[in-house]
This record gives sequence, C-alpha cells and structure tokens, in this order.
Amino acid sequence: MQLYHFAIPCNIRAPHNEKAIMTRSIYRHRLPTRLWHWLNAVSVIILFMSGLMIFNAHPRLYWGQYGANFDKAWLELERFPGWMTIPTDYSLSDGRLWHFAFAWVLSFALTFNLVAMVLNGHFWKDIALSFKDLHPRKIVAVLIESVKGGNHAGDGRYNVIQKLAYSLVLFVLLPGMILTGLTMSPGMNAAWPWLLDIFGGRQSARSLHFIMAWGLMLFFIAVHMPALLLAGPVNHIRSMITGWYQTKEEDA
Amino acid sequence: MSYSRRNILLGGAAVTLAGCDAMNASPTVRKLLGSAEGGNFAIQRALSDRMALAPEFPRSALSPVFRANGTRRPPGEDYTRHEAAKFAGWTLGLGGLVERPQALTLSQVRSLPARTQITRHDCVEGWSAIGEWTGVPLKLLLDLAGLKPDARYIVFHCADVMEGGKAYYESIDLVDAFHPQTILAWNLNGQPLPVGNGAPLRLRVERQLGYKQAKYVTSIEAVADLSGIHGGKGGFWEDDAGYQWYAGI
Repeated sequence: MQLYHFAIPCNIRAPHNEKAIMTRSIYRHRLPTRLWHWLNAVSVIILFMSGLMIFNAHPRLYWGQYGANFDKAWLELERFPGWMTIPTDYSLSDGRLWHFAFAWVLSFALTFNLVAMVLNGHFWKDIALSFKDLHPRKIVAVLIESVKGGNHAGDGRYNVIQKLAYSLVLFVLLPGMILTGLTMSPGMNAAWPWLLDIFGGRQSARSLHFIMAWGLMLFFIAVHMPALLLAGPVNHIRSMITGWYQTKEEDA
Repeated sequence: MSYSRRNILLGGAAVTLAGCDAMNASPTVRKLLGSAEGGNFAIQRALSDRMALAPEFPRSALSPVFRANGTRRPPGEDYTRHEAAKFAGWTLGLGGLVERPQALTLSQVRSLPARTQITRHDCVEGWSAIGEWTGVPLKLLLDLAGLKPDARYIVFHCADVMEGGKAYYESIDLVDAFHPQTILAWNLNGQPLPVGNGAPLRLRVERQLGYKQAKYVTSIEAVADLSGIHGGKGGFWEDDAGYQWYAGI
C-alpha cells in the first residue's frame, strides 16, 4: 500500500510518446485523513464566517492585556459584509452559538487526526522533517522544480515545501487557533493562567486569533485551491472521498 | 470561466448562505448547537479548581479609561433622587431561600469586610478593560442571610430597565457565588462607582464575561431554579437575545 499525495502544485503529465497507457488506482488517503479533511474543511469555513460575525461586534484589535474604545488599536476595520458572516444579519449571540459548537468539531477532529497520524506512521513517513530535507541546496532544488512544474514527488514522498506547509497548518496554525481562542475565555484564564503568558494577554491573543484565521484562509485560497485545480480537482477530490487515486502510467 | 459556470458558482454560494441562515433559524439546529454550551460549562468546571482565581494585575496595568457599557444611567426619578443623595437611602435586599432575610443600607454594606482586586473585565463583544474593584465578598452576605439547603442559584435584581421595559437581572450558581473574587463592588479605581459603571453596587464575577456583572444591584435572591424568574433563562441577555447563561467563554 503506497501512500502519497500532493496538495501543493504538482503536475501529473501523461507521457508524450504513444505507448499504451494503463490506469492504475493507488490507495492514497487513509480513513482518518479523509474524515479529518472534511470535518476540518466544514469547521474552518463555519468558524471563519461566524468568527467574522464575532469580530464585527468590536472591529478593533489591540496588543496587550486590555484594549477598548479609548485605547490604541493597531487595526480598525469596518464590519465585514453579511455574505462573509454566519448568520448573514448581525447577531453576536448566534455567531457565538455556531463558533463554540464547531470549535469542538475542529478540536476533536484535529486531535483524532494527530494521534492517528503518529500511530499509523503517516506523520513519521510523510510529514516529519529530517535534517536532509532542510539542506538549503535541497530546498532550492525543490523550489526550482516547483516553478518548472516538474513532478517532484516522483518518489511518492512529500517534498520539503509540502512538509513545511502541512506542518505549519497542522502544528502551528490550527493548534494556535485553538489556544488563542481558549486564551480569550475568562474561565480558561482562571484554569490555565499560563495561556496569557504565552500570548502576552487576552487582547494579544484576540489579535493573533484574527491573524492566524486569515493566514489559514489565505493558505486555503492562494495555495490549497490553486494546487487542487492545477493537479486535477476531480481525481483529487475523489481520492479524498474514497481514498483511491487514479494514475496513468506506461505499460511496461 | 464561462458565464454559466460563474452563475452556477454564484448561485451555489447564494444557496449555501441561505441554507446557513435557514439552519440558523431552525429550533432543532439551534438546540444542537446550543448543547455545546453545556459541554463548555462542564469542561471548564472540570479543568479548573472551584477556587481558581482569575488573573489579578498590578496598578500599572490599569486601563487609562474604564469603558462603561450597556445601561449608562437607569431611567426614572427614583434613581436620580438616589444619585443626588449619594445613594444614602439605597438598600440591598437579601431574600428568597434564606434563613434570615436582610435589608442593608449602602453604608452597612460598605462597613462589611471588603476585598480589593485589580481584574480584567471582558465584554462579550471582544474588548477588555482592567479596573480596581473594592467591595464585599458575596460569601459574607450569603453567610449573613444563611442559605437554605435547596438554594442552587443566586439572582441579582437591578435598577436598570432595558429597551421594551424589561428589567435587567443576572444569576450565577453557588460555585461562583462563594468564589473569593465574587464581590459586590462599591468602588472602582479607589472612587465610588460612577453611574455608568453601576453605582452604587455592582456584581463582580471575575471568571465570566461582562454581561454577568450586574450593575445597579437592588436585591439578591436565592432560588432553587431559574425557570420562574423573568424569562426563565437566568438573565436579561439570556432571555432576550439567546446569549449563553454560562459566560466563561
């Protein structure tokens, strides 16, 4: 059972010669990965849109422990429009209702996936970075290949850029969203006061929550979606549902 | 991309948005989403010691201006008269499921042992302000009146009347009621409470959000359950706009 996939641009090219081409199915995504992917996709979108609703209640951001209207905001925006928020019409309490329900879905799905990844070897085989990966010459080579559009994952492994991208999402941005979210809770501040020390105060945590949310959304819009479209959306979406990826190869 | 495909995408987005709003209006969906509140309450209580303190800050961390929110001045001549008299005639009632109902004047409340704490006030809207509060621990008042065994919640009745003529009120359970930082505050930053911040008495329940910090408190009532009080959900914002009763998050 061979596992590999690309969500960072990676062209799958049919050979140019006229030899017979066989379609082969590869089992690419295990069940925990597929479950997590879709639960996470739904949760992130609902959390993002209900989060913008919550932000709309006070569209100013501060650094430090406190921050209100008389204090200096580092960012002050107009309210986000209704098509970007859940619900469409302004309702802070409804935004909170959706946000705190799907925060559980995101957190459980992520925890389950991280444990499964470590146990089934996906983490060690595909995500964990080695010193070899981080050699500057190797990183440059991968970048050049990516720009050229070559199939740089021919060995069925993630390249260093893919590993870094997945690590950023799985180990930095998603856990960061959960922890900065918890830091905004006065109840959690009493239970785990160290949260405030990590992020430098409740208002800093709120700012970081906003920045990381947009970081995830930009990753989704500017990297994940173009990569999917370039690499063949039907085949990739099918493989993320069924696990099986169709690949063409020369008849040897 | 062709126009038709774009129309399909736009149409799909519109349907998705409408779908979200339809789900948002569905009582079943709301009930399901709302069940997370019970989970949050249970988990937070399980994770923290019942006496775990909200963070306290040094004087240097005080907000330069402590923002007032909600009612800035209760309506009615009664309140204006009390304000003119510096609240000398203000009484705090203690009743409901108690052994010894009380009616304390403001000066009697102020003469009880007091606690001073510099804490962060977090509005549900997202902003925070740090202030120094001085007041009597609620535990002392409850001990004075003596709770009956079937008392489970403490309700705070207030002098502010909200839009639509509904009275503001709030409630907390006994874990928060007996918490050492839960006080009925009469001073903010060393001065008698300003009118905008709830003069002459406001609740501080430091592990929860701003809307739980009832202002202009006139009486405290011990009850066995909340269903018989006003709208039955334990507070004005809970009844009126669907905010969570447990506001620790």
